[in-house]
Amino acid sequence: MRRRQQIGIVRRRGIGQSIQRVFLFALLGLFCLYYLAPLIVMVSNSLKSLEEIRMGTLISLPRDVTFEAWGKAWNAACVGVRCDGLEPYIWNSVFMVVPAVAISTFLGALNGYALTKWRFRGADIIFALILFGAFIPFQVILLPMARTLGLLGLAGTIPGLILVHTVYGLAFTTLFFRNFFIGVSDGIVQAAQVDGAGFFGIFFRIVLPMSLPAIVVTVIWQFTQIWNDFLFGIAFTVGDSNPVTVALNNVVNTSTGVKEYNVDMAAAIIAALPTLAVYVIAGAYFVRGLSAGAVKG
Amino acid sequence: MADVRLEEVRKSFGTTEVIKGIDLEIDAGEFVVLVGPSGCGKSTLLNLVAGLETLSSGDIFIGGRKMNDVPPRDRDIAMVFQSYALYPTKSVRENITFGMMTRRIPKDEQDVAVKEFSSLLHIQDYLDRKPGQLSGGQRQRVAMGRALVRKPEVFLFDEPLSNLDAKLRIEMRTEIKKLHQRLGKTAVYVTHDQIEAMTLASRIAVMDDGHIRQFADPATVYEEPVDLFVASFMGSPPMNMIPGRLRRDGGLFLENTGPDGASFRFPIPESIARRIEKPEGHEVVLGLRPETIFAAGTELPGKDRFVFERPVDVVEPTGPDTMIVFEIGGSDLIARVRPQDAGQSGKLFRFEVEMDKAKLFDAATGLRL
Repeated sequence: MRRRQQIGIVRRRGIGQSIQRVFLFALLGLFCLYYLAPLIVMVSNSLKSLEEIRMGTLISLPRDVTFEAWGKAWNAACVGVRCDGLEPYIWNSVFMVVPAVAISTFLGALNGYALTKWRFRGADIIFALILFGAFIPFQVILLPMARTLGLLGLAGTIPGLILVHTVYGLAFTTLFFRNFFIGVSDGIVQAAQVDGAGFFGIFFRIVLPMSLPAIVVTVIWQFTQIWNDFLFGIAFTVGDSNPVTVALNNVVNTSTGVKEYNVDMAAAIIAALPTLAVYVIAGAYFVRGLSAGAVKG
Repeated sequence: MADVRLEEVRKSFGTTEVIKGIDLEIDAGEFVVLVGPSGCGKSTLLNLVAGLETLSSGDIFIGGRKMNDVPPRDRDIAMVFQSYALYPTKSVRENITFGMMTRRIPKDEQDVAVKEFSSLLHIQDYLDRKPGQLSGGQRQRVAMGRALVRKPEVFLFDEPLSNLDAKLRIEMRTEIKKLHQRLGKTAVYVTHDQIEAMTLASRIAVMDDGHIRQFADPATVYEEPVDLFVASFMGSPPMNMIPGRLRRDGGLFLENTGPDGASFRFPIPESIARRIEKPEGHEVVLGLRPETIFAAGTELPGKDRFVFERPVDVVEPTGPDTMIVFEIGGSDLIARVRPQDAGQSGKLFRFEVEMDKAKLFDAATGLRL
């Protein structure tokens, strides 16, 4: 006799069930492989020498592992006419993404708080209007935004890009925080009011520390959106102020010389690593935040 | 010590009027319970006193000072919420001291106050825990501590016990009463539980549909309800209501006629009858509390007893008493008898009614006659 399963929902047993489960897991494994294939190909090719890629196929695993391509992608690949690799552009992206994420998340939290806990006449209409911003396609605001940035003297600069992303992101961050705060008991805010705290006192001391899960979700979302953005980056920055996505494009789409697949692949992974890191770090924190400190009511 | 005075207070949300002109005078040191069914406006009224809602019209005075435009923090009040509304990211100690912190009370004074009230409420052992790590009863105590620690003039309670289990609720009820006796501060307490109202209040305000129906001490509200609403709301199991018409036939009677045409007469005792000037045939409702109906011959004889026989429908033992449900004229009535007197369902049972405890209401206006 097999030992009975100790946890979970009671399941039917028998040979038919076992076959079904084997089939199920085989199918899941297949899908796993299917989704992981591009990543595997990228990583394996970034670890090959150009010689090896030319001799073999893209699918084969590397025979001699070398990090040459990574090094070149980092600081020697040619982006347009400059050949310093992706490094300076990574920093451009960092200097853009950190303030843009911080400001848009903060303002979104403030908006959500005001819209739910200090309800005023027309709050729902204002929220609907803000939400409307989430449905405006990027392309639509390109020209008006270009003109605005020109008037502000921010055209072609990183601060200009920060402004664009902050404004565009507000719709989403407000939505996230509004929906989080709507579930927070009004009693907590009322108690704090009776306790003598004001609008900002309650926001910073009570509400913001409570909203860690919402902050993490918003940061993940905003970071991914802004870091991966290509359209605003290519439209509103020039040359040296390009974010890494635009630089990556320039590396890969270079029309001179031999196509260095290994460098392209390494560069693409480098450009994607920060978002991956945010997912891993913040994601774990997010799960912890959800389960700890939850309080009924 | 501060009294609370409400004058012609009204509150509307959009086009719906929730509080429809309330006058209420709460003396300093009194424990007033606002009781009523859900949606009667009792919590709104409390929020108006707290300043968490703006008045539509009327005035609110606390300690003689007009509070209409005074924000909650400056009203010298403290409030205990139904959901406890503890700050989840703060420890118990920080929860309790938050109000003193925002008022910049020196740290050593805060510590003294925390010490005093945490031992009073038996929460001294988990001052450093987060609310999420506490049980419902412990959270309730912390919420009380947060309100007590600032020593306000007026305490406001918004259904503070309704999230607790039955046993804990009774314990905390007693404790709240003890605290009030000890501190002697004015308290306004909202509940939908009429037993809580009866046990805690020095005076009860029974609310319905934005009005106060009756404002009196518990005994008066129970024994002399002003109308059908108050009579049926207070008391558990509720008062038996028997509709009928007045008959004068050598004395005053209530004649109940069931859907089957059978009629049943209750004699109205002289003590009530002499107040009644309504004509023959006037539609009235007779109110009999379950405890005034018992098994015939089980109590010492008294005046104005009325004995009748009806078949028993359902027998419901509760432990100390047994409820017998029977039927007159199509409506179910409940009698409260001693367990050893309980009959069997389906069998005839002799009931005895203390008619001098009966209440008579006008069926049209609902007012007591």
